[in-house]
Amino acid sequence: MREIGFIEAINEALAEEMERDPAVFVMGEDVRLGAFGATRGLVERFGAQRVRNTPISEAGFAGAGVGAAMAGMRPVVEIEFASFFYCCWDQICNQAGKLRYMSGGQARMPITFRCVFGAMGSAAAQHSEVVYPQFLAAPGLKIVVPSDAGDVKGLLKAAIRDDDPVLFFEHGRLGFTRGPVPEGEHVIPLGTGAVKRPGTDVTIVAIGAMVPKALTVADELAAEGISVEVFDPRTLVPLDEEGLLASVARTGRVVIADEGHLRGGAAGDLAAIIIDKGFDSLNAPIKRVTALDTPIPFSPPLEEFVLPNEAKIKAAVLEITA
Amino acid sequence: MDASAFPKEQLLGMYRMMTKIRRFEETVRDLFFQGQIPGFVHVSIGEEAVPTGVCAALSPADYITTTHRGHGHMLAKGGELRPMMAEIFGRRTGYCKGKGGSMHIVSYELGILGANGIVGAGIPIATGAALASSFRNNEAVAVSFFGDGASNEGTFHESLNLASLWRLPAIYVCQNNAYAEFTPTSESTSVKDIAVRAAGYNMPGIIVDGNDVLAVHEAARVAVARALRGEGPTLIEAKTYRWEGHVVGEQAFVGEYRDPNEVEAAKRRCPIVLFAQQLQETGFIEAAELERVRAEVERDVQDAVAFAQSSPFPDVAEATQDVFAST
Repeated sequence: MREIGFIEAINEALAEEMERDPAVFVMGEDVRLGAFGATRGLVERFGAQRVRNTPISEAGFAGAGVGAAMAGMRPVVEIEFASFFYCCWDQICNQAGKLRYMSGGQARMPITFRCVFGAMGSAAAQHSEVVYPQFLAAPGLKIVVPSDAGDVKGLLKAAIRDDDPVLFFEHGRLGFTRGPVPEGEHVIPLGTGAVKRPGTDVTIVAIGAMVPKALTVADELAAEGISVEVFDPRTLVPLDEEGLLASVARTGRVVIADEGHLRGGAAGDLAAIIIDKGFDSLNAPIKRVTALDTPIPFSPPLEEFVLPNEAKIKAAVLEITA
Repeated sequence: MDASAFPKEQLLGMYRMMTKIRRFEETVRDLFFQGQIPGFVHVSIGEEAVPTGVCAALSPADYITTTHRGHGHMLAKGGELRPMMAEIFGRRTGYCKGKGGSMHIVSYELGILGANGIVGAGIPIATGAALASSFRNNEAVAVSFFGDGASNEGTFHESLNLASLWRLPAIYVCQNNAYAEFTPTSESTSVKDIAVRAAGYNMPGIIVDGNDVLAVHEAARVAVARALRGEGPTLIEAKTYRWEGHVVGEQAFVGEYRDPNEVEAAKRRCPIVLFAQQLQETGFIEAAELERVRAEVERDVQDAVAFAQSSPFPDVAEATQDVFAST
């Protein structure tokens, strides 16, 4: 299979969906230039009406996206960095996430919000945050966190076609990765997790950029005689509970690796689901490997100390397999 | 404006609408005090000319967004009394199947893209509907109704900037009723006339007597024509007055915060009474015709109450439905 870059895969997904459905349009800050590459070249192909630069005005254009979705369009709104979601919290949580429910199912809300998230190296706390756990607490929003080039393309196409609001989180570090992406139509239904590596002794549930780290750890531990399964939920809402619990049942031991914070985070949420529904499968306590509960620091050694990494994941695995 | 320039049917239609809004809200208020209605209820009694005059200039394909004080906008855009009343009662037969309540009654079929419990939230949504319309050659306009309080929200300013920048077919109707919750506009707003804020966004800012339904209608008509010609948005400030409190039942906790003389003076400029006088001056509308309209409205409102009271509550199984279109 051909290999392409993570951002190239996003670009392909956007172009293909814009080609497929004239209701799809892209809007956000600097999307015509495509500063990070994801939207580059779209304005030349699809014109300025469907590739709209916005002012730095998150509440305004996120809210306009919501209105356009309700009035027949299928917007893809780019929020440059995930922390900027705080500038349009109302438009996401109170409007996009609730209006369908509050109207008794009347409102249509086919809108995708894309953003870059996570620590990419000394961007400091306002450009390094994970943010999706906060949306887990806001019903009505779908949450997608792809981990490689193949998944980012297939999941983004599914997100754009979905009739519900989808928040799509692209880790900044993954932007530099490449991977196999099938030619032609490639759509991954939301709510399907993936076993990225099968194993028998322990499951590492890894989210986003933690997936390649978990795969590295799995390689290292294989040499030490420990068989690691890596399960990537890919979408946090809807969640592939069946796939998650099946993996837990196979191994009986779980480490959850997420770059978000420990308290109130996605790792804790998944751990609670496993305890509620898969307790009988467990042979050891669930370990969570996350960022420390501080804002993400600027200075490189501090940032390295706060973030989860391969060594911390490996230590957690050894703690429950020893 | 001279009423005799309008067709009789249109004039009587506006009179009926204002009367309907008034009697609907008076009835809801009274039922709230009787303990028949759960939650919060906000009424717009005294402000009926604004939704009536604006929506009379709209077509069914046009969009509106409204607010927590939105019964009037909903009715004026074509909302029916029975499912509105049932929604306020929390019944399954309501427009939102009992999931919205008074603050959130909507019918998307009627082009109403949400009433909203969040002040200022409807403004970017209407802007987005206007954006959608711009993809379709400005076939419809989008009107956002909001209060003076919302003009201090960031969403107001961000939306006006976007709409002007993109020349969207949007109309921003600030229904200035002199109070934002319990605070007079003069204590919350840096300008005396909110319409002047339009200049900062390079669009016309029109001030209109919000108790004069024909004046409101004329301002809306001009703004709609401009929007449909692709010339962009307009801000209309309709100055009116909120006869009742911010929320029905507030006397129980806030006490008196307005000068009773101020309220009485406002009531002497009742938009419905003023319009009735105007109609009778035309020479072709008799007092008896207005009386007949009032009687018909009364019958319809009481019918809606009976419908709501006899409607079932939703089944609890419905609580988990409508979160997503697909899971």
